[in-house]
Amino acid sequence: MDDIVIQILNGLDKGGAYALIALGLTLAFGTLGIVNFAHGALFMLGAFCAVSLQKILTISQKVRDPSITFFEAYKETPYLEIWWGDAGLKIIEYSVPLSILLAIPVMMLIGIAMERGLIRFFYKRSHAEQILVTFGLAIVIQEIIRHFFGANPIPQAAPDFVSGSANVGALLGLGDTLVYPWWRMIYFVFAMVIIGGVFAFLQFTTYGMVVRAGMADRDTVGLLGINIQRRFTIVFALAAVVAGLAGVMYTPVLPPDYHMGMDFLVLSFVVVVVGGMGSLPGAVAAGFLLGILQSFSSMNEIKDILPGIDQIIIYLVAVVILLVRPRGLMGRKGVMET
Amino acid sequence: MSIQSTRKDILLMVAFTAAVLTMPIWLSPIGAAYPDLLQKFAIFGIFAIGFNILFGLTGYLSFGHAAFLGVGSYAAVWSFKLLTMNVLPAMFFGIIIAGLFAVLIGFISLRRSGIYFSILTLAFAQMSYNMAYSVLTPITNGETGLQLSQSDPRILDAAMEGTGLPSTDLFGMSLSGYPGFYFCGVLLIIAFYISLRIFRSPFGLKLAAIKSNQKRMSYTGFNTRPYLLAAFVISGMYAGLAGSLLAVTDPLAGAERMQWTASGEVVLMTILGGVGTLFGPLLGAGLIKYFENIFSSYNEQVLHQMFGFLPDFLENIMVFIVNPFVGEGWSLTLGALFMVVVIFLPGGIMEGLGRIWTWIKKDRSKSADDSGPVIKERTSEG
Repeated sequence: MDDIVIQILNGLDKGGAYALIALGLTLAFGTLGIVNFAHGALFMLGAFCAVSLQKILTISQKVRDPSITFFEAYKETPYLEIWWGDAGLKIIEYSVPLSILLAIPVMMLIGIAMERGLIRFFYKRSHAEQILVTFGLAIVIQEIIRHFFGANPIPQAAPDFVSGSANVGALLGLGDTLVYPWWRMIYFVFAMVIIGGVFAFLQFTTYGMVVRAGMADRDTVGLLGINIQRRFTIVFALAAVVAGLAGVMYTPVLPPDYHMGMDFLVLSFVVVVVGGMGSLPGAVAAGFLLGILQSFSSMNEIKDILPGIDQIIIYLVAVVILLVRPRGLMGRKGVMET
Repeated sequence: MSIQSTRKDILLMVAFTAAVLTMPIWLSPIGAAYPDLLQKFAIFGIFAIGFNILFGLTGYLSFGHAAFLGVGSYAAVWSFKLLTMNVLPAMFFGIIIAGLFAVLIGFISLRRSGIYFSILTLAFAQMSYNMAYSVLTPITNGETGLQLSQSDPRILDAAMEGTGLPSTDLFGMSLSGYPGFYFCGVLLIIAFYISLRIFRSPFGLKLAAIKSNQKRMSYTGFNTRPYLLAAFVISGMYAGLAGSLLAVTDPLAGAERMQWTASGEVVLMTILGGVGTLFGPLLGAGLIKYFENIFSSYNEQVLHQMFGFLPDFLENIMVFIVNPFVGEGWSLTLGALFMVVVIFLPGGIMEGLGRIWTWIKKDRSKSADDSGPVIKERTSEG
């Protein structure tokens, strides 16, 4: 029982990341009809927003270290500490959550720039060409990041307050052996909040209603005198923000490096396809489902029976789904069903 | 096909053969005439030609072709380890096993088209890559990569003497340096000839028809699946050949050859050169490999020398601008170049050349007399 609970928990944070990226991919596909291979790069850019903020916050000055008296010793002290003392240190400690504030406008701008600057010229071109040009863009973005931040992963710390593990077992009454890192739990909750926010935005606001109408029948909405194009651009930016936030919050789990986007992209595409192209609930459900499946298949008991299954389970599921039910778990009938 | 075009094809082949075999001569002014690089031109040329048979003719974009390259390499290295250092069996196994692998993957993947096909092939390639790294370690030697060793059985070779590792050979002729290039070059010519025949054959026309409208093809009572599968397997075998040649020139095989970025590379080559044209993929492969070699060897000092003729502050500015694009940043150049090609020149370099050709012709005919517009002559039907 403990094992099962812990595997489900393990799957949730990864599943949360898959779900957030897949949600953005599906938004872009559902509104603009774009297959965006650069979406993983947006995830990575979000993660590097956190890295940049941390770098900015820890800009330091050399200060004489008074604790060493034998010789002149210097240590790096961040300006924030010099100016504000402990409050400054607290700000540095909370750099990852604070990066959310930075990431939202930055990713919004990047999303709008990307859509206006490149994507809009590709509405009418084939999916293959869309894949190719966004693939090229992804390479460019990740190489630029590598140029500025280097090739090595840059670890980010979660705030001390949540850096330990939660005693989940005691909470659920299952015994004390069940512990789980706080940050991963926060990630899951965060993912749920974002997903809920996006759905609420689409479901309960007039703006979202028009967007949904545009997804169903773009031309008619356009004929009603609504500038649907602009709304779709905003939705694309929203997708970029979602991917960016997913990246920001994932940094304490996985130290960001320049090719993390590519690694997640392939999996997220599989997630989208399993959920059904263009189906938002499908993308979310499939994200969590595949995350949990992946963590279950990495259990030793299962690996003993089927060695290596944890490496391929996601792809295997994708292949089976595509062959048996090409529209995915929740895809609408007739959407990309060839 | 008229006699005219057959004659043209023969001419084309002769010119192509001459061009390939004299590569060491005409590539030396640009500093590309050393066997290592020339071999790469030939090998990745074969890979791209094969990929083009699938993507260029049928329009099915496979994002997992590197899997066949990797399988071909592994098969070839195993043949070196178990049988003999002769390259012919290695190539034979490379092609056959990659072909079988392609039959399996193609049979399943071709049930879907469009982006689903891309994702299916991608999924299979990633599966092979992950398996090669983990469970298949006894066969692939995991992260280290499969290498030759002194204790390999090599049952067909005479007992080894000496201590060094044996090198690959063709009936006793060592294949390192220029002989290695000529060997790859001859295979490239054969591969090109086969691809030419496919382009000109009814089979090739059917593939092109599938690309332009698959539904209409099936409405005329035509079962497209076997043709697609045949194209897929042929291009898989090309990839297997390229993989085994990689092992011939350097007898080791690693899983990173199967990663999806490697599949992306061959897509880039084909697109850059020109999808569906005969020469395009070759050009693309050559260009990418050439610039990869040249660009990644540049560093700041070299750049300072290059721009040394400029005034100092201009020199520094130029170096500052160019520096991110060379050396380690080579991929940045590649990505940017690729985007430019897809955006402005979807037909790749071949389309660019075609446009220049038309423009020159138009210019000349305008000055001579007002004859009608010259219809762009394409080197192939694709």
